[in-house]
Amino acid sequence: MRGARHATWIAGAAAVALAATACGGGGGSDGGDGSGVLSSSWGDPQNPLEPANTNEVQGGKVLDMVFRGLKRYDAKTGEAKDMLAEKIETSDSQNFTVTVEDGWTFSNGEKVTARSFVDAWNYGASLKNNQKNAYFFAYIDGYDEVHPESGKQSADTMSGLKVTGERTFTIRLDQKFSTFPDTLGYAAFAPLPRAFFDDHDAWLKKPVGNGPYTVESYTKGSQMSLRKWDDYPGDDKAENGGVDLKVYTDNNTAYTDLMAGNLDLVDDVPASQLKNAKSDLGDRYINTPAGIIQTLAFPFYDDDWNKDGGEKVRKGLSMAIDRDQITDTIFQKTRTPATDWTSPVLGDDGGYEKGLCGDACEYDPEQAKKLIEEGGGLPGGQVKISYNADTGSHREWVDAVCNSINNALDNDKACVGSPVGTFADYRNRITQSKMSGPFRAGWQMDYPLIQNFLQPLYYTNASSNDGKWSDKEFDGLVDKANAETDTGKAVQYFQQAEEVLRDEMAAIPLWYQNGSAGYSDRLSDVALNQFSVPVYNEIKVG
Amino acid sequence: MGRYVIRRLLQMIPVFVGATLLIFLMVNVMGDPVAGLCGDKECDPATAAQLRREFGLDKPVWQQYLTYMGNVFTGDFGTAFNGQKVTELMSTAFPVTIRLTVVAVLFEIVVGIALGVVTGLRRGRPVDTAVLVLTLVVISVPTFVTGLLLQLLLGVQWSWIRPSVSAEAPFGELIVPGLVLASVSLAYVTRLTRTSIAENRRADYVRTAIAKGLPRRRVVTRHLLRNSLIPVVTFIGTDVGALMGGAIVTERIFNIHGVGFQLYQGILRQNTQTVVGFVTVLVLVFLVANLLVDLLYAVLDPRIRYA
Repeated sequence: MRGARHATWIAGAAAVALAATACGGGGGSDGGDGSGVLSSSWGDPQNPLEPANTNEVQGGKVLDMVFRGLKRYDAKTGEAKDMLAEKIETSDSQNFTVTVEDGWTFSNGEKVTARSFVDAWNYGASLKNNQKNAYFFAYIDGYDEVHPESGKQSADTMSGLKVTGERTFTIRLDQKFSTFPDTLGYAAFAPLPRAFFDDHDAWLKKPVGNGPYTVESYTKGSQMSLRKWDDYPGDDKAENGGVDLKVYTDNNTAYTDLMAGNLDLVDDVPASQLKNAKSDLGDRYINTPAGIIQTLAFPFYDDDWNKDGGEKVRKGLSMAIDRDQITDTIFQKTRTPATDWTSPVLGDDGGYEKGLCGDACEYDPEQAKKLIEEGGGLPGGQVKISYNADTGSHREWVDAVCNSINNALDNDKACVGSPVGTFADYRNRITQSKMSGPFRAGWQMDYPLIQNFLQPLYYTNASSNDGKWSDKEFDGLVDKANAETDTGKAVQYFQQAEEVLRDEMAAIPLWYQNGSAGYSDRLSDVALNQFSVPVYNEIKVG
Repeated sequence: MGRYVIRRLLQMIPVFVGATLLIFLMVNVMGDPVAGLCGDKECDPATAAQLRREFGLDKPVWQQYLTYMGNVFTGDFGTAFNGQKVTELMSTAFPVTIRLTVVAVLFEIVVGIALGVVTGLRRGRPVDTAVLVLTLVVISVPTFVTGLLLQLLLGVQWSWIRPSVSAEAPFGELIVPGLVLASVSLAYVTRLTRTSIAENRRADYVRTAIAKGLPRRRVVTRHLLRNSLIPVVTFIGTDVGALMGGAIVTERIFNIHGVGFQLYQGILRQNTQTVVGFVTVLVLVFLVANLLVDLLYAVLDPRIRYA
């Protein structure tokens, strides 16, 4: 065992040496022929690298390189396009027949069949496997049996999934969900080879998938080397020879390394460097919208925040926040003031509607003051905005928001920030309904659908409805939208639901978040997708 | 001597148990770690419950502690949330940090003591004043400033070193981080040695040694330095533990994947197993280093005897 470990270390070292010499060469021998290897900043994934167990960007990066699912989201438009799916048919928005395209294999040679999907999804849903994305499968019939809310599971496979041929399977949902096929681009729905089930530990040490890259070596906590898979059957082959992901504990160091020429790509420019990034990197600094919205949620379980006239207070608070100034000065325009509850990455057809929030999201101190007074004043005379202080530079903007509110209300004590030490503790207080005032809520979409920005967050008892907001009209409209087979009409219903959200001001939309990245002059064609993950396979080296 | 060591080893047991218990409780006070595993979303209750059961978090704290300690004595430090064994994390992290500490301690011993001797022998001269001012500057500037400054100057502006240390962290790449880590202690070592040397220079035994006609070199190294080193050795000995645990800042700046990195990540993710495991080992290092220091006294000063 020890010997094997050393072998991977040496392989890793050799890869580093190779990458280093490539750097020194300045794009000589590796220029343009698609064999150059780039290095990219990485963070240690929080969970084991299983598709249904990865819910953060760092692990997501790897899955995006190593796997291809039935659908794939276009990096520019966000549209869900068929990838492995030949066709997905339905007549009632509840029963779907999936045909997998012929000719796909995993990098170990195994064919991708209908069973690769069904087994993977059953594994992901099954309670005993502790998969954190299990809820993605919740719409599939039979999920309750493999993943009951409490007690032991009574089945290992979902009755809603049936393999009907080598390349066909059927999905039965427990409710109508017209846009369900568009959710299948998410990593959790990736197919898995038999090796995943047969020798799980070995697979985790060196994941095998069906994407354009294969894992060459993986030293947990420090580096993963991915190389182009030459026999990749898809048409989005890697344009480079491979990617070395290097773990950085501090994104400032990664940025310094980029400046010194030791690293090719940093996909998370630290907040403190945003000011310099433009002058340091010029057009090698990219700043594009990502499917992330930041909001302030309210504890509707607290009677103070759930009384009549409360919506006026919430609207007043929203109007007391000078979003333009904060996004300009604190975020250096890497965030855009929000005017609805979705994200610009959805596009107009997808349901993003600029200005849906209307006046309620415009800075207007006088109106704000009036509304708050009409609504009975701030509960307890003061709002405390809770946030976790350990990551994401939250302190800076919370303080700025409070400042803005204090200035608008002419009251130094109207708003204060209330930091919580760690993210885990912060989440704890939220799930235990211990919040006593507004709190920071961020949402990164799972898939580019308006449904994903509304239902999980504001539907009664939905999984991420942290404020426990509940509104019958909203719920009714969401149900109606899901049952609608015409996508355009479904989007309209969702937007009507969003208007209910606005009238009640269930959460204050703050800003849309952009993804930012910087890269060395060896690279070209660098872009971030809607999940703020670099589109690695399109990057050219040299 | 033997009985003394045994007594000291026995004294370590309550210290060890107390320290681990405190850390265990402190990490537990921060609340339920499972809540932080699902991003900005709530973990679905069934999975969360299952995870808690698997990590033993559903049991009362005292029971968790007993099970944990029981496992520790069999060499099982538990599993981190990302599915890695804590012992595996240790086997990659500790060698790196030990190398870093060795570099730092070498700097302290070689540079610190040399400067201390030079200034102690030339008290009041320009060299002494210059070094004193320099140490004052080093002590008053926080480590992260020195670290970032050196990284920017040497790594980016002048390209003498790589700004970050590679995953293998060989000695060569650890020189600058080691210097940064050692800088403050180095200044203290210089000052301690200087004072001690300056004081002992006028001691009777030094005068006797000089009067005997011994060469100056022998007087300084055998008589003066040996007797002056006791406070310095105490300082360096306790510093070994402090350097290993306190490398968090330096390790973050230079992206060294050592103990500091694992501890920082463990705390952020509220990973009891990682934090308690690493701290336990650090406590042991600290205790052993202290014992070694005490034993070194006897070597340096023959008048000190342990019974």
